[in-house]
Amino acid sequence: MNQQTPQSRRVGLFVTCLVDLFRPSIGFASVKLLEDAGYTVDVPMAQTCCGQPAYNSGDREDTIAIARKTIETFEDYDYIVAPSGSCAGMLKKHYPALFKDGDWAERAKAFSAKVYELTSFLTDVAGVDHVDVVHPGSVTYHDSCSGLRELGIREQPRKLLRSVGGLEIKEMPESDVCCGFGGTFCVKYPDISNRIVEDKTDSIRQSGAKTLLAGDLGCLMNMAGKLQRQGSDVEVRHVAEVLAGMCDTPAIGRRKD
Amino acid sequence: MEIRSPAFKENARAALDDPQLRHALEHVKSGFIVKRAMAAEALPEFEKLRDSSKAIKDETLANLDKYLEAYETKVTESGGHVHWAESAADARDIILKICQSVGARTVTKGKSMISEEIELNDFLEGNGVQPVETDLGEYIIQLRGEHPSHIIAPAVHLARSQVEADFRRVHTHLPVDRDLTEPVTLLSEARKVLRAKYFQADVGITGANFLVAETGTSVIVTNEGNGDLTQILPKVHIVLASIEKIVPTLSDLSQVLRVLARSATGQDMSVYTTLSTGPRRAGDPDGPEQYHVVLLDNGRSSMIGTEFQEMLRCIRCGACMNHCPVYHAVGGHTYGWVYPGPMGSVLTPSLIGVDKAGHLPNASTFCGRCEAVCPVRIPLPKMMRHWREREFSRRLNPATQRYGLKAWAFFARRPRLYRLATSIGIPVLSLFGGRGRFKSLPLAGGWTRHRDMPAPEGRTFMQEWKQREAQKQGARI
Ligand code: SF4
Repeated sequence: MNQQTPQSRRVGLFVTCLVDLFRPSIGFASVKLLEDAGYTVDVPMAQTCCGQPAYNSGDREDTIAIARKTIETFEDYDYIVAPSGSCAGMLKKHYPALFKDGDWAERAKAFSAKVYELTSFLTDVAGVDHVDVVHPGSVTYHDSCSGLRELGIREQPRKLLRSVGGLEIKEMPESDVCCGFGGTFCVKYPDISNRIVEDKTDSIRQSGAKTLLAGDLGCLMNMAGKLQRQGSDVEVRHVAEVLAGMCDTPAIGRRKD
Repeated sequence: MEIRSPAFKENARAALDDPQLRHALEHVKSGFIVKRAMAAEALPEFEKLRDSSKAIKDETLANLDKYLEAYETKVTESGGHVHWAESAADARDIILKICQSVGARTVTKGKSMISEEIELNDFLEGNGVQPVETDLGEYIIQLRGEHPSHIIAPAVHLARSQVEADFRRVHTHLPVDRDLTEPVTLLSEARKVLRAKYFQADVGITGANFLVAETGTSVIVTNEGNGDLTQILPKVHIVLASIEKIVPTLSDLSQVLRVLARSATGQDMSVYTTLSTGPRRAGDPDGPEQYHVVLLDNGRSSMIGTEFQEMLRCIRCGACMNHCPVYHAVGGHTYGWVYPGPMGSVLTPSLIGVDKAGHLPNASTFCGRCEAVCPVRIPLPKMMRHWREREFSRRLNPATQRYGLKAWAFFARRPRLYRLATSIGIPVLSLFGGRGRFKSLPLAGGWTRHRDMPAPEGRTFMQEWKQREAQKQGARI
């Protein structure tokens, strides 16, 4: 299946700042999935954030400084994998655009070629087509915007989810519509963000699924926060937790009773 | 038109609180999106046509001066006149002079966003010339004293019942017991009322979807046929268009037309596509005696050669706003000037200044759906980001935002300090999130006003990872 030598199987995990700070379980689930697929996973301590808050606020100088640090930290790995379409999109699609030419442009390009979002890495690079876990019940999957439109991630997580024992996918209407998170957008324009996430939670309810999954913690926190404010009992998790069979931690926004 | 973009947030609040508007905006969501998707799906070469349309517009913009000159030559050869208007005021003056030269009292108008941009109606009225909008949506808007809320569906923010009430208020010469319950009855009533106006009008003003350099032709696409009557019946036809509407050849035109209606309404073609070249010739059965083209710049030429040049590819199909979650939430009037939605968020700052329109490029989640459907592949989010960069470097955004961001960036650039700060802060925050989430949180009011904030699990991933690695090492020893 995979013709690579062990030397070309070193993955640097880009944890993402939200996973680091809010939900380490997603990081550990990612490590497990990558290790199960036969990769050696390393987590360089010198990583912080991909720089999107600065980039999307128009602060190019800080973005470039952060991008250089990230590239330096990760460029020696064979692959750089992130459990987020948004951060992976930043690293893969936007870093190269930050450097016009010269040495850094070359480095950013070489770096970017090795960056993947977790589920697409598993299916498209590692050739994983099933996972050996059970998760009884129905789930619905939200396609986060950057993953979907910048990286073309749609089938990959669903393909893996279909191999999970006892799991049924119930699609929501308009799963490809934004949840209203948008990074700093949701705090700069809270009222608009709220309307958008209300529409999203309506769609989630319409699916009738017990669990909501997605590949981006920012979106998940937004949707979980709204569902819980509305009193919904839909459980919210990152897709990696289900795929790795690591759902013993309480769902997002929940705590053990 | 009064610029209300600086009050974007207040406008948004009012729009969100308007249940009737919410209902009307549902149509944008349900109607346009599905129809576009079906039209795109049904045409195997659709994606290729988008590429070639983009290429046609890029080539035009790269040689805009050449094509504009060629266009002018052809218009002149066919007996028409081209007038160059650098500013909105220039365009208004030129149009008024033409109207006055034929003693015009009434002008009929086809749909034109440029006319909105230069605030033509108020100006003409103030100078004793009565403009009459003939596009149904524009006519309704004019009756209400409003502005369009969408570039191809100006009255999309209104319910049928509101329009019925307007018609009953204004068309007092018609029987009160007439039935106006079906949208088509509204259309035929407007048609009847407008029919007389076409014959009274001395001048007809239309916009142009395209101008063809090769032949000096102006092109309009409509679904009601009102544009044809507007430009054929009066003595004088004035085409009002901005300079980027040029396409080089008729064959280019035919390509771009194939993506326009599909992207806009999901139709293969609009019902009427009308090409006009010059005034009526000897032997023509109809047509105007005079044919004028007013070419408006109004800041566009200064976009050439900048990071905003690509915006000039826009063919005004409206697909970006039809697919925009922010537009769906707040509607077109919230944007506070002529052009709403994603295309407006890029174009408006270019035309009225980012100091006034700063909210527009910021009020986007960067979901990218606009770019994904734009027939000429304009990278709208990227250009909104460029506006944010300009704002940031000119220090136009709020100080609290800047300092917050700078403080965050200070740590993000220094991994060791970042690690230290987060390894202290996060477990503390987690300690307070007793129920797994926060109902309110200092500094996160925008978030917790509407939703709970999930609490951190406990320690950071990095702390846990270090421990796991240390244990592994220990086990090996
Ligand atoms: S920006 Fe693109 S999608 Fe929006 S109106 Fe212009 S051409 Fe259409």
